[in-house]
Amino acid sequence: MSPVAWDLFLFFLKLSLVAVGGANAAVPSMHQEVVELRHWMTDAAFSQGYALASAAPGPNVLFVAVIGWHVAGWQGLAASLVGFLGPTFILAWAVAMLTQRVAHDARMAALRAGLVPVAIGLILATGLVTGAAAARGTGTEVAAAVVITAASALFVWRSNLSPIWTLLAGGVVGLVVMQG
Amino acid sequence: MPKPPAPDADLPLNPPPGPGPLFVAFAKAGLMGFGGAQVWVRRALVEERRWMTERDYAEVLGLGQVLPGPNVGNAAVMIGRRFAGLPGSFAATGGLYLFPLIVLMSLVLLWQEFADIPEVAAFMHGLACAAAGMVIGNGLRMTGRLKPPPELIAIGLASTAAAAWLRVPLPVIVLVLGPISIAAVVWRGRRGAGRRL
Repeated sequence: MSPVAWDLFLFFLKLSLVAVGGANAAVPSMHQEVVELRHWMTDAAFSQGYALASAAPGPNVLFVAVIGWHVAGWQGLAASLVGFLGPTFILAWAVAMLTQRVAHDARMAALRAGLVPVAIGLILATGLVTGAAAARGTGTEVAAAVVITAASALFVWRSNLSPIWTLLAGGVVGLVVMQG
Repeated sequence: MPKPPAPDADLPLNPPPGPGPLFVAFAKAGLMGFGGAQVWVRRALVEERRWMTERDYAEVLGLGQVLPGPNVGNAAVMIGRRFAGLPGSFAATGGLYLFPLIVLMSLVLLWQEFADIPEVAAFMHGLACAAAGMVIGNGLRMTGRLKPPPELIAIGLASTAAAAWLRVPLPVIVLVLGPISIAAVVWRGRRGAGRRL
């Protein structure tokens, strides 16, 4: 492994176990290390990579693969992903083992049920924050953004149809009214 | 008195899947997973394939949320383990990340050719708005199916406000509201009000 790929691996390994809230919550730390401290990426490349990772399907954590690839090619990609996902895989595995062993313990049941409202509350917050970030541009575009977001929320909440339809519709509406 | 028709959430579950079906389900959820794979994983496992109840899934996701790392990635490890052991965890995790990684790297390699086309930017802008709405709608949908008592709705909304408006760091939210929420569950259980959540 190249020295840079090794550095990437160690950085993401350390970041992994403090990244409560997933990759999005760790993005400020990544920016600090990769752009400000080490100058591995420019600010523009970092922002563009983040935008692409958010726009592409799949978990946003794949942004770390984009960073790794930018900094050290395919080796960097592998080093970053394994470094960031490895420790959390092992920890989740261990916690799953423990919770399954004491699944019928009343305290464990209370713990599991108690975390549900917080998790759902945080999901709503993620939607609100990304929705607010997407409500930008001219007055018409902001209005269109709010309407698309609200209509999409209503669609997914109340209908049993696949959310792919609301995503496609949002894209088409964007195509028509958001070419600012 | 005639029994009321069983709500959707009470239909019997399908038998637990092996690593192969887990890989396929998570691969589909990953590939479709614009704006949050969690929405699609939930849809695949709870509504389409009926491998887990809404409550089971919400509890696994809650644990995945408080552990470091992506909540849906942690959920994949735990769900895979529950159904098919270590091969199940690898299958679910591999399925979740493999195809989105291929799509993302293709986009990164091709992006310079697309970046300046205004139609692409406009389509992606609209899609981003719809994806945000989808995440909100998914949270409302889960809440509607779980039917939590008022004190837990209040705690959920407090989490939303703390994260979205007050920008409180996530570990702080989990450490403060988590124990309050667990205490509320225990209190409700002691009162014997019937509903467990």
